[in-house]
Amino acid sequence: MNQPLLFELGKPGRKAFDLPACDVPEKKGLLPETCLRSEKAALPEVSQLELMRHYTQLSNRNFGVDTGFYPLGSCTMKYNPKINEDVARYNGLALLHPLQPAASVQGALAIIYAVEEALAEIAGMAAVTMQPAAGAHGELTGLKLIRAYHRDRGDFGRIKVIVPDSAHGTNPASVTMCGMEVLEIKSEPDGSIDLEALKAAVGSDTAALMLTNPSTLGLFESRIEAIAEIVHEAGGLLYYDGANANAIMGIVRPGDMGFDVVHFNLHKTFATPHGGGGPGSGPIGVKECLRPFLPNPRIEKLEGKYTFGCSEKSIGKVHSFYGNFGVIVRAYAYILAMGGAGLRQASEDAVLNANYCKKLLSKDYDSPFDRFCMHECILTSKKQKNNGIHTLDIAKRLLDYGYHPPTIYFPLIVEEALMIEPTETESKETMDGFISAMQQIAREALENPGLVLTAPQHTVVSRLDEAQAARKPVVRWEP
Amino acid sequence: MTWSYLPHTAEDRQEMLAAIGVKETMDLFADIPEQIRLRRGLNLPGPLSEPELAAHFAKLAAANANLAEYACFLGAGAYDHHIPSTVDHVLRRSEFYTAYTQYQPEISQGYLQALWEYQSMICALTGMPVANASMYDGATAMTEAAILACGATNRREILVARSVHPHYRSVLATYARDFDYDVKEIAFADGATSASELAALAGRSTAAVIVQNPNFFGSVEDLAGLVAATHAVGALFITVAEPTALGVLEAPGKLGSDMVVGEGQPLGLALAFGGPYLGFFAASAKLMRKMPGRIVGQTVDKDGKRGFVLTLQAREQHIRREKANSNICSNEALCALAISVYLATMGKEGFAEVSRQCLQKAHYAYDRIVAAGAAQPVFAAPFFQEFAVRPGKPIAEINASLLEQKIIGGLDLEEFYPELAGCMLLCVTEKRTKAEIDALAAGLEALL
Repeated sequence: MNQPLLFELGKPGRKAFDLPACDVPEKKGLLPETCLRSEKAALPEVSQLELMRHYTQLSNRNFGVDTGFYPLGSCTMKYNPKINEDVARYNGLALLHPLQPAASVQGALAIIYAVEEALAEIAGMAAVTMQPAAGAHGELTGLKLIRAYHRDRGDFGRIKVIVPDSAHGTNPASVTMCGMEVLEIKSEPDGSIDLEALKAAVGSDTAALMLTNPSTLGLFESRIEAIAEIVHEAGGLLYYDGANANAIMGIVRPGDMGFDVVHFNLHKTFATPHGGGGPGSGPIGVKECLRPFLPNPRIEKLEGKYTFGCSEKSIGKVHSFYGNFGVIVRAYAYILAMGGAGLRQASEDAVLNANYCKKLLSKDYDSPFDRFCMHECILTSKKQKNNGIHTLDIAKRLLDYGYHPPTIYFPLIVEEALMIEPTETESKETMDGFISAMQQIAREALENPGLVLTAPQHTVVSRLDEAQAARKPVVRWEP
Repeated sequence: MTWSYLPHTAEDRQEMLAAIGVKETMDLFADIPEQIRLRRGLNLPGPLSEPELAAHFAKLAAANANLAEYACFLGAGAYDHHIPSTVDHVLRRSEFYTAYTQYQPEISQGYLQALWEYQSMICALTGMPVANASMYDGATAMTEAAILACGATNRREILVARSVHPHYRSVLATYARDFDYDVKEIAFADGATSASELAALAGRSTAAVIVQNPNFFGSVEDLAGLVAATHAVGALFITVAEPTALGVLEAPGKLGSDMVVGEGQPLGLALAFGGPYLGFFAASAKLMRKMPGRIVGQTVDKDGKRGFVLTLQAREQHIRREKANSNICSNEALCALAISVYLATMGKEGFAEVSRQCLQKAHYAYDRIVAAGAAQPVFAAPFFQEFAVRPGKPIAEINASLLEQKIIGGLDLEEFYPELAGCMLLCVTEKRTKAEIDALAAGLEALL
């Protein structure tokens, strides 16, 4: 059954909130007639109970990490600790105006400052800004810093950013948003950088190389030092896409690999909720040479007091205020709960879990890379293809078994990819259940492919007509 | 050592390592060269247990002056409104907040429908036919609108009113520099954007004109006149709308705006020291396929049943890569959910009433302060819930004194507008009581 739209519920005259009566003397004619609204906005008119039932019904039609296993590769769908939700709602943290005098928000500034310091330590970087609101926003900010750095040195020709073809789509898109040009290089079949292709690509126009390590194939780029040397010798800088940082905490640091800029996704690595697609937070860390260009304002600590500082060479602001503070608070709670040793244990367990899934599934599914993976593994549906079963079908069948499917058809350089990232917060029993469902689907693909092709059967809707949605877009309710 | 977020026992780890065929976990990290590994523990505080965490954050929270204890007369882009308790009860449902983007629509119908309803309500408020599922915040929404306009018109000049939020203009400048876009500012006269100044600047190279309404000073702009001057040169008109005002002000879409963007925080989001907030982004039908960000569309399943999907994805980075309309991926979905709950809770009449009370209370405060001679008026333009006054004493001194009386005073306008030295921008929402407003006025009078 459909859940009615909000607009199909209630009736004129109903309301869900009692506003206090206006307690000041009222006046007429405060605004010119021509400015006034001609008709009230067509918002719903529902009772409070109708409203709560509506959203409760909608929540029942949605799947989150608290619902079940969510091995969505590259997204690090780890558990979101509940105490973090509570502390972020403390009045002293949630009810702060961003422009209050600094003296009245010392606790908030202390949190931002402490998270900057913690991330600098984890990344092996000199300074961090918390302003970017998401990973892609961090990428854009980092590229702007790199551009500002070259410009500051009078090196105006460096406008090309080298991006491997295995990169996340945000990498090339961020380059364009920074007014620079993408130079895509082909990866080796295992997703590692082709050193000869890199050597041929670098030059006096190279601004940077953007790299994810472990790569989007879940494999560590062993030759990272040689790569860094090639790029640095050519005068370029190295950008670290931290989407996969859950594999490396306390084990190896981007700064020590030779990277000059790194972004982290707090909503991945640092356990803040994904929120259904946001809010995230994409802080970036930089080496000393890029510090002067960081976004303003900077939070500084002088004699135990926190203040706002400004740098003249700053690229300017990238966010209305200081970034997604509520997300930063949650990440700080996570870092404090884990400590340095806990973060390292998290990365170790994340890698252990991914390798366990890879090993146990590699009999039934094609496992294209014969080496240990990091925090995620890639399988393909090559073995099922002969029966007309594609990766999409396997993903849809997993819905019937109560699992969120892995990331599918990414990275683009692996045909029919299934990218599984269990994360460290999943137990062996959960993974065993998932593995046995995947094995069962592999059997179904052989014995009863129709079952897989028509999946899902047990969801509130069956496969949806995406072509129709795009051809004749209906993107809002019309009375 | 054990952590409650990590489920493995020592035996679990041993069994898994045996299944993989290695001795210890670090064998799995063989690809990482020895010489770059961290050979020490991370130097971080912790670990803390849950009660220790709660105590630590309580202490940090206590070091801030929070608005449960202080009456806030500060606005300037972030507003202290009533937030109905329904909002947080829905936000706390973990089927929503622990989910990610709705790439698997069959198990994401709840969120997709909520986002589609959000889009519908943003359309209703702004009077526009299309809205996306959110941008990061008001500043980035405005900036992306400007970039869209340059692409759509194939022009490079952006005219932005100087009465647009200074932070938004700063973000616009950060983005525009690397595109070599030419950003020019339109001066204001008496607190509102000067139509003659706009006419003098606008020309055949102008891609977009950006005006905030009510503007940074709280003044209500004459949108219709500014839109006409913009369209006369073939440029696109972008309204940065303060959403609460849309309960009393005409929908910008009805006045000819090509895009309407703004900060969604006033619609039920906690102030939270500046984020997470939400940028709303609405546009004309013609611009739909050039819009950034995610859009939810209605469709049917194989059995003809109504359903929702992310649509028009060919605009986006994961498909188009460097040719995408924007690099945005994660947005502010949970904030969009909060705004939906807020707007549905306030409802058609309640939302209009919030807006009306902001207008009334701000004017009561203005009259009270100016009539008592506690401060001089600065502008004559009509205003909504914010207004500038000149109190006759340094603003920092006034605010320090008000803070002692548990009042957060107004913004010192000199920080952004040197010519407005000595002027303070005050904001009065529906949440401020008459008693609080009287206390503010008395506090200002006492400083005379």
